[in-house]
Formats: sequence, C-alpha cells, structure tokens
Amino acid sequence: MARIIAGVGTSHTPAIGAAVDNGKSEQPYWQPLFKGYEPSRRWMADAKPDVVIMVYNDHVNAFDFKIIPTFALGCAEEFPIADEGWGPRPVPVVKGYPELAAHLVQSLVLDEFDMTVVNEMQVDHGLTVPLTLLFGSPAQWPCRVIPLAVNVVQYPAPRGRRCYQLGQAIGRAVESWDEDLKVVVFGTGGMSHQIQGPRAGLTNPAFDKAFLDDLSRDPERLTRIPPIEYLREAGAESIELVMWLLMRGALGASVEEIYRFYHIPASSTAVGHIILECR
Amino acid sequence: MAARELYEDIPGTWIFDAQRARAGYHLNQFLYTLMKEANRKAFLADERAYLANFKLTDAQRAAVLQRDWNRLLELGGVVYALAKLAFTDGRSYQFMASQMTGMTEKEYVDMMLNGGRPLAGWRSKSEREQR
Repeated sequence: MARIIAGVGTSHTPAIGAAVDNGKSEQPYWQPLFKGYEPSRRWMADAKPDVVIMVYNDHVNAFDFKIIPTFALGCAEEFPIADEGWGPRPVPVVKGYPELAAHLVQSLVLDEFDMTVVNEMQVDHGLTVPLTLLFGSPAQWPCRVIPLAVNVVQYPAPRGRRCYQLGQAIGRAVESWDEDLKVVVFGTGGMSHQIQGPRAGLTNPAFDKAFLDDLSRDPERLTRIPPIEYLREAGAESIELVMWLLMRGALGASVEEIYRFYHIPASSTAVGHIILECR
Repeated sequence: MAARELYEDIPGTWIFDAQRARAGYHLNQFLYTLMKEANRKAFLADERAYLANFKLTDAQRAAVLQRDWNRLLELGGVVYALAKLAFTDGRSYQFMASQMTGMTEKEYVDMMLNGGRPLAGWRSKSEREQR
C-alpha cells in the first residue's frame, strides 16, 4: 500500500533558485538561508521518498490567461523546465508518475474534487525551487514528482478549508494505491510577502509563527482564516499559504513537527519551512 | 456592480481579481509573449509596432511604454507577467518592486535585510485616515 509519510512546507522564491544556479549560495546574503535547509536535506536523504506530490502554483509560465484551472494535476511522463524570461533553470527534467497521477484524478473526481487533467506542462520555479532546497543539485531528481498546480494568481484562490479537504482526499487516494510506495507531500509558497505596489516588501513574522505553530497544534484554526486576513495581515501574495493547508490535510489527524526554519529576506519574501511527520 | 470588496481598503495594493483580470487580459497576453527571446528582441527593436499586435487600451499602451508599474497593476496587469517586461529590460524583480514603492533599489534591498516592511501604517486605508 502506498502511504504518505511526511509533509514539507517551504517557500519557493525564484531568487533562491537563481542564487544556486549562479553559484551565490555561499555569499553572506544567501548563506544563512541555505544553512537553514541543511538539516532538511539530511532528513530527506534518510526519508528517501519514492514519490513527491508537489503542491505549488504556476506564475504565468505553463498557463497564460486563456485557461485558469483552480486545481490542475500533472499526469505527464515528464515535465520540462520553463523559460520564465531569463532562460530555463539548469536543473534536471522532472519525471512524473502518470499511472499514480491517473489514479489520483479518478479517485479525486469520484470523491467530489473536480480536478483539471494536464498531460503536457512545463514547470517553473514554484516547483523546482523546493526540489533544489530539499534535494540539492543532483544529476537526476531522486524520485518521481506529481505536480498539483493551484491557482493563487487570479483572486480568489481556493479557500483554505477547501484545500485542506482536497489534501484529505489525496490522503485517501494514495492509501488506495496498491503499491508499496513512500510519498512526501509538499506545500509551497509563502510565507508573508507582498511583491506588488507601494506596499511591496511587507512581512509579518508574528502571523507566520502562529501559522507554523498551528500546522501541528490546530490546523482547523488555519482553515478558518478568510482570504482578506491573508491579504491584509500578511501581504497580497501570502495567500499562497493555502497550499500549505492542502499539504497538511494530506497528512492525517496527527503529525509531529520535526524541523522548522524561518528567515527574512529572500528577495521580497519571508522564507518559512517546516517538516511534519505523520504519526 | 458587486459591492465594494474588503481588500480595496488595503493601501498600496491592487488585488488581481476577476474584474481586473478581465480588463487586463490582452495586456497580460502581450506580456506572456515576452517569455520567448525572439519576441523580447522584436519588442525592444520597436515597442510601438510590437504593441500594435495586441488589443491594449490607450492607457495600457502608454503605461507599458512608460514602464509605469503601478498604473499597469491598476489597469489589470498581473505582477508575474509584468516581471517579464522588467526582465526584457534587463532589470531584476527587485528593481521593479522598488520602483513600485518609490524607493531606490538599494533602499528597498536594505529594508528587506532589516526584516521587511512592518504592517503598522499599512493595514488599511480607513485606519490611515483616522490617524
């Protein structure tokens, strides 16, 4: 039986990927951030998942504005790296798991979550930066990756509670896959940040700390945060945190926090990171 | 018309909502073409001619030519698509963000290094008016 063993929450700031790709990770600006992920890379090397389900958002790279899917599941054999305007990141092509992805789609739709199926898709920094942070820079990614792209670009993003419930449904779908697999679910984006308008640069460490605390203590509280509270208290782009709730929902009732890291800044963002093991 | 949205009370912020996305559709589709190197070159070679291929409003066209980032947000540009225009100019994301805030790039980077912009004074327009 396939089982979800853990969840990883992490920011996916593009500048983090650029710092690695341009050999800047030891510079004083970046060194504290990468040091904060060293224990996570060790944890991941021990955990050795077979599959990662990557909950992330596209940033007007795979999807333009012709079609805007709220929940899109990547069902392809592989996912090429997008050119976001400065050339594609020099990282390995992402290998999917089409059979398991097809099973997820079928299970989720019958479970009343109406997924969009994507059979061809490029992936951007939203997906590749978390892989870099947790797996480093290998010649090939060490596991298969199923992308789950969530619309958080055009308001409104799906509600936190809906994301949490979709996570729970993913948990059920994974459990019903008859193959001995270890699965880690990523929730990416956030934490507090605003990258547009005169208010750009906003951070809210108190909001972020409470969010990190309640992922294990009281996730139900987090599912009740209305959109306006994210936008107003933690910046227009902090709404990405609903993707962390999707991850959290997939982990089941009981989790143990294994590690957390928090750092300001990476470009215009407060970077947050957490590892939660299922109990 | 829908009722006034709560997020319209957030200062210095244009939420990319469904109405703004509708108004900005052709603007954002133009910006999306700048993902390709050949298009970036063609645009820079003759911006007005390149823009003539898209159904932008006069206000949107003028704001693109002036790189008036906040006006572009107001007129339906989404920040991730606007970033492609900044990259086409050989600028960084932080440069564009600093321009939106009216700070120099160095001032903006320093603010982030000092922990970012505090929420105090930036929570709501109505709060500001009461001060």
